[in-house]
Amino acid sequence: MLKGKSIIKWVDQRYEVTKAVDFMLKKKVPVSKHSFWLYFGGVSLFFFIIQVLTGMLLLLYYRVGEDSSFESMQLIVTKVKFGWLIRSIHSWSANLMVFAVIVHMFSVYFTKTFRKPRELSWVTGMILLLLSVTFGFSGYLLPWNELAYFATKVGTDMVGSIPVIGHDMLVILRGSDTVDGATLSRFFGLHVAILPGIFTVVLAIHLIFVQVQGMSDPVEWRTIPVKERRYMPFFPNFALKDLLLWLIVLNILALLAVFFPMELGVKADAFASAPAGIKPEWYFMFMFQTLKYVPPHVFFLEGEFFGLLMFGIMGVIWFLVPFWDSGEKSKYGNTLLNVLGVLLIIYVIVLTVIGYLE
Amino acid sequence: MSEQKENIIEENATEEDIKIDGKNSLEGKSRRNFLNWLLGITSSGLALLMTYPLLRYIVPPKLRQATVSSVELGKIDDFKKGRGEIFKFGRKPGLLIRTKNGDFKAFHATCTHLDCTVQYRDDLDIIWCACHNGVFDLDGLNISGPPPEPLPKYKVIIRGDKVIVKQESDA
Repeated sequence: MLKGKSIIKWVDQRYEVTKAVDFMLKKKVPVSKHSFWLYFGGVSLFFFIIQVLTGMLLLLYYRVGEDSSFESMQLIVTKVKFGWLIRSIHSWSANLMVFAVIVHMFSVYFTKTFRKPRELSWVTGMILLLLSVTFGFSGYLLPWNELAYFATKVGTDMVGSIPVIGHDMLVILRGSDTVDGATLSRFFGLHVAILPGIFTVVLAIHLIFVQVQGMSDPVEWRTIPVKERRYMPFFPNFALKDLLLWLIVLNILALLAVFFPMELGVKADAFASAPAGIKPEWYFMFMFQTLKYVPPHVFFLEGEFFGLLMFGIMGVIWFLVPFWDSGEKSKYGNTLLNVLGVLLIIYVIVLTVIGYLE
Repeated sequence: MSEQKENIIEENATEEDIKIDGKNSLEGKSRRNFLNWLLGITSSGLALLMTYPLLRYIVPPKLRQATVSSVELGKIDDFKKGRGEIFKFGRKPGLLIRTKNGDFKAFHATCTHLDCTVQYRDDLDIIWCACHNGVFDLDGLNISGPPPEPLPKYKVIIRGDKVIVKQESDA
């Protein structure tokens, strides 16, 4: 015990860690009926940690290349002991991570916690969401199977519809005119080096923001006397609840990975017709489905570009919500935000369901 | 013992006691401004200089590819009536259809919408893209769904009992 204390003292003399520890010990979290939603940020973080660990394990056997990607994945899921499990956890956890991030985003949106002074937490969070789906998109191609091959062709080809610079961007993205081994290398580099690097930095900034500012008090607390507001300490109460939820989530993940292992499918073949039932990842489904309804030409624009432009504009508006929101002063501000949010959710769900039913 | 002494000296010193060269003199300030300006200019110049090779690096080089002007696909009898097959035309997929009355037709198999590979549907006698439900007729015309343009054609030549497809412009 004495030894432990003297180590702490040694470190503290040099780096003043007790200040940080004191800060954490004093941290408190508001307790309200919306408290449950606060945990989704932590759950997203948990899935990210799982992704990093299982991703490292997959790297031990995965060999990128047109002639080796699919084959090495086959080796992982058939020959390597528990390879199927690691692979299944990686892809399930990827999906659940995107889901948790989306839930986290909507809960922050509807509880209006992105408002002053937390605008930049929203912005960094949105960047993390974008990075997460880019992770998903790039990782989807890596097993080099038929579905992923055509989904990537479609997904990247949309970039080509941008006027003037579209073709150059397409070539930069694919590393080639078409989706081939060059694309696979590029996506691999993106997935295992570039994205993890950027993601870790943005995540660190996001977490520092959250720690420095603390959790925001619920909007409805403005009408409640200070004495009636309830808090719980971050340590140990909130942290332990967080941990408990992580344990539950880990169990759900394990159940899904074991009983519904992800299929590898058929190897990609550039000289085969696109199979029926080709689908993107579920979180792109509403966009994929919307594009089916966009006519070939809208005004003087190509249909795909028009669709892309609309999604881009909506994305920017959503991204900048803390900066155009009229805040607490306005009478109708909250109603406007709620209506917009609900409409968006209905749109996404309806289009996604139609996409799967067709 | 000596460590203790050092601590005492540090505790008594205030921030003003610590001398930083040039911090408070007027001469130092204008020199500092000039140096800051110089630093700004050179570092942005350096950043620009580094951007150019980086941008050029991420654009893949154009590799010379063998140009294909015609491909022999096999004998007439290899192809059943009312069937379609994907063939390689250089690095690109093509679609050869033997219609129900025995004619041969060939098209670029890449959908003009979003780059998927199309297929012949014998049940509907159309060319179909599974990705977004694009439909072309047997002349390659886009008749429904999102494709913005018809499928480009290849010329089919029957030489003896052999089926050969050629680039349309070469014909």
